[in-house]
Amino acid sequence: MLVKLKIFRFDPEKDEKPYYQTYEVEADPMDRLLDCLNRIRWEQDPTLSFRMSCGHGVCGSDGMRINGVCGLACQKLVRSFQEEILIEPLPVFKVVKDLVVDLGPFFEKYHSIKPYLITKTPPSDTERRQSTDEHEQFEEAIRCILCACCTASCPVNQNKETMDYVGPAALVRAFRYLFDSRDEGSEERLSLLDHKEMAWGCQTLWKCTEVCPKEIPVTREIGQIKKRIYETKNK
Amino acid sequence: MNFTHDILIIGAGLAGLRAAVECVGQADVAVVSKVLPTRSHSGAAQGGITASLGNEEDDRWEWHLFDTVKGSDFFGDQDAIEIMVRDAPRVIYELEHMGVPFSRTSEGKIAQRNFGGHTRNFGEKPVKRACHAADRTGRVVLDTLHDQCLRHQIKFYPENYLLSLVFDGKRCAGAVTYDLPTGELYLFQAKAILLATGGCGRIYKTTSNGFASTGDGMSLAFRSGIPLEDMEFVQFHPTGLYPLGILVSEAARGEGGVLRNRLGERFMERYAPTVKELAARDVVSRAILTEVREGRGIGGMDYVHLDLTHLGEEKIEKRLWEIASFVRIYLGIDPVYDPIPVQPTCHYIMGGIPTDVDGRVLTDEKGSIAPGLYAAGECACVSIHGANRLGCNSLLDLLVFGRRSGLAMKRDILQVETPTLSNESLKRVDSKIRGLLNHQGREKCDSIRKGMQAAMMEYGSVFRDDEGLKKGIEEIRALKERYKDIGVSDQKEAFNYELMEAVELGHQLDLSEVILLSGLHRRESRGAHWREDFPQRADRYYLKHTFVFQTRKGLEVRYKPVKITRFQPEARIY
Repeated sequence: MLVKLKIFRFDPEKDEKPYYQTYEVEADPMDRLLDCLNRIRWEQDPTLSFRMSCGHGVCGSDGMRINGVCGLACQKLVRSFQEEILIEPLPVFKVVKDLVVDLGPFFEKYHSIKPYLITKTPPSDTERRQSTDEHEQFEEAIRCILCACCTASCPVNQNKETMDYVGPAALVRAFRYLFDSRDEGSEERLSLLDHKEMAWGCQTLWKCTEVCPKEIPVTREIGQIKKRIYETKNK
Repeated sequence: MNFTHDILIIGAGLAGLRAAVECVGQADVAVVSKVLPTRSHSGAAQGGITASLGNEEDDRWEWHLFDTVKGSDFFGDQDAIEIMVRDAPRVIYELEHMGVPFSRTSEGKIAQRNFGGHTRNFGEKPVKRACHAADRTGRVVLDTLHDQCLRHQIKFYPENYLLSLVFDGKRCAGAVTYDLPTGELYLFQAKAILLATGGCGRIYKTTSNGFASTGDGMSLAFRSGIPLEDMEFVQFHPTGLYPLGILVSEAARGEGGVLRNRLGERFMERYAPTVKELAARDVVSRAILTEVREGRGIGGMDYVHLDLTHLGEEKIEKRLWEIASFVRIYLGIDPVYDPIPVQPTCHYIMGGIPTDVDGRVLTDEKGSIAPGLYAAGECACVSIHGANRLGCNSLLDLLVFGRRSGLAMKRDILQVETPTLSNESLKRVDSKIRGLLNHQGREKCDSIRKGMQAAMMEYGSVFRDDEGLKKGIEEIRALKERYKDIGVSDQKEAFNYELMEAVELGHQLDLSEVILLSGLHRRESRGAHWREDFPQRADRYYLKHTFVFQTRKGLEVRYKPVKITRFQPEARIY
């Protein structure tokens, strides 16, 4: 089948402003959108820029806005689209070239939530014990691949006035460590998260949950962080 | 631009990051990577990491040693394997202490599962040895190590492509890289350089490997005069999702999944009566393709079924969530109710840059060292995996030898002065890149790459013979000629993916020739290298590692004996 893609183009070195370019590629209905983008690049226009790596939704490289919804190009099959497909870079972040955005600020915010296990008790010679129930508490959160689709979709992050909000991806990782029974840093985590640009930045708009390519219940997990902060303060 | 660090690590997968973490606080360490943090292909590892913890049932490192030796078809160096399997439990506990979210047993210990080739009591029956976090083990270990790097503020140079290694006399003292976002060339100077650049699976059309797995580190070492060891041993993972080749972890079989042909037969009973689907990967891949060749593929096509339908929804959702999601997304079927179409997919190369057990790169078959240069992970060949790697031994290899390389570099640099390289090498690479850009050749990357991938599938995959390998070498050499007239139409400096793909293709072509030539010279069948014209293993002649050198007269093949300590070669029956 013939697939028509309308793709956002912008090269800050030569373009005054962004524009859209339409391409047509022959594709199998079972092809990934990423396959179409590669075909364009390899057969028609080598200047088209986008990121990719694993090609099957594990590395998180190819997050982009597809028909207005953020997702991974390698997870979308051609057959699920009927008409022209609109491809744009992830919103929220600065466009570096075409579909490539600057994820520097994304990783900085991610870093700010202390994304590592904090322990005080020295470990034993073997593993720390953790029950299956304790593990399950945060199991969905460890699916996160840092693709940034959630943060890019969040209306709070999209709004210039509230763009300093740390964003759902960072909070999912904060949740993952806060609810890990092995972590002994909950006090410092909770005081860090108890801030209008941290957990309280979330306005429970569910956009993150809707787009997450790994089906993580993002909004619910942020809600659990808020609940934990509230309960700890009102104990 | 010029940068100086004590230790430069190239590659941000598990081997590179583990080495980096080892050096924190004791040396100024920096990591260069082609991709952004956490996008490296180690993250795609699913099933687990092996260690004889004995959390689920009795296990011993001696059994792990034997299984790895037998899995390698008695071709791995046994002294190195022993170092790895004895260190394995420590590695797992260390990861757990760093925060890796392993799945748990009912007692709260790290959960372990069955995996191909891992057995109790020297081959008696399968043993649960693979420590895992559901089927996303590689990703969570990569995330945890990346988090450790952030915590210790290790300097990263993301989207930075290695273009050349720089030597000062015999010592490796630096590297030239291309910074994708700016298009600038960087000259790095360092007292020690670790290649942790991963594999080269993208040489083949059907592969589980990511787009970045183009073998750059191996090829650049080779061009610098370093030999490549055992490159004929390329692993095809039995269960790639048909037709894309995406990995369906052996965990699916470890959890009880079975393989069936067109007639519904559980055909592995015929090929490996004791452990069936849990035989070593080379054995299972050949079995699948034999079924296909004999007309028992599904619907006469070139795939078979991996059947998980008897496992039940709960087990699949809990332990194989990622795999179930791949099947639903890419095939639109549900593994809870439908069998999964699978075919062998290029997955891993056992060969690579020869090293000692501390990551020091060897310059010949006699064991001479290239000072300043180290290699670890898939790009290296210690040799642990010999002629065939066992599942879940690769993450272990990355972590054990990544750490050992870090330790060795820290020690070795104490005797080394900071190098002062001239800009000569930078200029040389610059003129080469300009040459590529200005050449305006008529050939296109895409067409040559497709030719290479097809030729390697045809002549260099699971079944090989003399005629095919010779034909393959001819075809690759013809493609190399065409490559000389390659044209890069994108003339911009920043984000020039076309330019980088042209560079990568050059690496891939060089490695393709080495793979086929190594295979041509090995006139026996061993592990993943199956010669239809020499279907027997020939220990008398070939219990030796292949070393291919690039010389002025062309490629030269030499050999080095396999190190045997505890287990003499015997028939390999699963």
